[in-house]
Amino acid sequence: MLILECPYCGIMADETELTPGGEAHLKRATVGSTDDAFESYLFDRKNPKGVHFERWRHSAGCGKWFHAARSTTTLEVYGTYAAQVSEPPKELVAKIKKKCPGWEGWQ
Amino acid sequence: MRRYSAFAIAREGLRYHTGWERAWASPEPKKRYDAIVVGAGGHGLATAYYLGKNHGIKNVAVIEKGWLGGGNTGRNTTIIRSNYLQDPSAAIYEKARSLYETMSQDLNMNVMFSPRGVIMLAQTHHEVRGYQRTAHANALQGVATEWIGPQRVKELVPIIRLDGPRYPVLGGLWQPRGGTARHDAVAWAYARACSAMGMDIIQNCAVTGIETEDGAVKAVNTTKGRIETAKLALVVAGHSSELAGMAGFRLPIESVALQALVSEPIKPAMDVVVMANTVHGYMSQSDKGEMVIGGGTDGFNNYTQRGSFHHVEETVRALVETFPMLSRLKMMRQWGGIVDMTGDRSPILSKTPVGGIYVNAGWGTGGFKSIPGSGWAMAELVAKDAPGPLAAAFGLDRFREGRFIDESVAAGVAH
Ligand SMILES: Cc1cc2nc3c(=O)[nH]c(=O)nc-3n(C[C@H](O)[C@H](O)[C@H](O)COP(=O)(O)OP(=O)(O)OC[C@H]3O[C@@H](n4cnc5c(N)ncnc54)[C@H](O)[C@@H]3O)c2cc1C
Ligand SMILES: [Zn+2]
Repeated sequence: MLILECPYCGIMADETELTPGGEAHLKRATVGSTDDAFESYLFDRKNPKGVHFERWRHSAGCGKWFHAARSTTTLEVYGTYAAQVSEPPKELVAKIKKKCPGWEGWQ
Repeated sequence: MRRYSAFAIAREGLRYHTGWERAWASPEPKKRYDAIVVGAGGHGLATAYYLGKNHGIKNVAVIEKGWLGGGNTGRNTTIIRSNYLQDPSAAIYEKARSLYETMSQDLNMNVMFSPRGVIMLAQTHHEVRGYQRTAHANALQGVATEWIGPQRVKELVPIIRLDGPRYPVLGGLWQPRGGTARHDAVAWAYARACSAMGMDIIQNCAVTGIETEDGAVKAVNTTKGRIETAKLALVVAGHSSELAGMAGFRLPIESVALQALVSEPIKPAMDVVVMANTVHGYMSQSDKGEMVIGGGTDGFNNYTQRGSFHHVEETVRALVETFPMLSRLKMMRQWGGIVDMTGDRSPILSKTPVGGIYVNAGWGTGGFKSIPGSGWAMAELVAKDAPGPLAAAFGLDRFREGRFIDESVAAGVAH
């Protein structure tokens, strides 16, 4: 079972307490964006085999959204962090790079 | 290819079964093919088969990184039905269901298609309205389904409890010509027929890169070397994003785990397929007597072919509620597969931004039933470089244009 630490209440939360919210750090398309930008914002996903940055909600706990970095091939969790950022924290990215030398980076 | 028949069984019986041939050849790849299909699941093999049978394109290779049928085709719970809501879905799923009826004869192999009937239970008033609407839509589409009341459900499924603790059974959508088939046999039968046409099925060979030139496909790189082709069909289910990435584009697909389990074998107890979408579980009894059980997907991206234990618990709870006699059954095996989910829960059969590359994916939790129809439509798309009537609505452009084929409401749960 997947266990993620909620960065707000500090609880190690079971999968059953959490709701997955899909790929994180999408660039929102808005007024004036091209059709291409809208299409990729709404539908196209990286869906990587490996490191994935994603959104989760502590739905049966504090109710807040947060971020997690996780491997989709081993289910290893690299870390969780707050929702109020538009990219993953540098230390986390560095930590993942060290663990997965072949990784092409979060973008 | 030596044909299978009652006489062949008698003949081999008399000579200690020494005369059976291998069902398909295992050749080394050639330098070049007219068309390459990546993925020897049911959809890839059926695509190759109809390329040869319907369009005369036989210089074809099917490239598979593991063993053929070892992906979702060999991991599913084999429910076959075509009672979808939207017209394009009904058309392709009903084409597939009707091809299943004659598949054993067509491919000369017993795929054990069993049109035993499928009931989708309605357990909320919302579901009642939804399924009645689907029954009306199916009548217009020429798909034989029927809305039935609780007493008829009980007649068809004597082990069911109509007045469950949470959700009473209010009726159901009944498709008498739906059913099950033997999943491995479907893959093997297509593989054998492709091999007999002279196609190469290359197992234990992963595609690792795609070469393009002037916006069109040139070759694939594999663990058995470089192979040239002018047409490339990507039919790799949960791995579609990875293959699309090799060709330089993204897909509106996310890969998640879906799991199933089977009980110990028991005497015949239920001779139809029952799906209970509100409580989230479905069940049929295999010919060996095992109860074959499935439920929902995990919600997060995953390539591990495992499932979460809490989903097993949720599914079993739902089914014990619906079939109380199950509470004494032992569960024997559990497994998972990686399914390819699109936003509207409908598949993609499409040209791609790269010339000569076609994608068949997004069947998600419900693509066993569609294997022959999908192969039929995909072969036409690959052969003519344009979709025919069955595939036309399933292009990638539907996302951009907002022309969704929304089956997420109609399907509710897996398959
Ligand atoms: C537990 C479970 C239950 C299900 N129940 C049902 C059901 O009851 N009814 C129903 O209709 N559907 C059901 N489905 C869905 C159904 O199984 C799938 O939609 C269908 O089998 C997909 O077939 P496919 O040929 O597209 O994919 P697959 O059978 O998965 O084949 C894809 C193949 O591509 C290969 N591949 C991947 N990457 C590469 C590469 N780089 N190079 C070469 N080869 C590669 C894989 O090894 C694999 O063999 C279920 C699925 C699961 C997991
Ligand atoms: Zn919390």
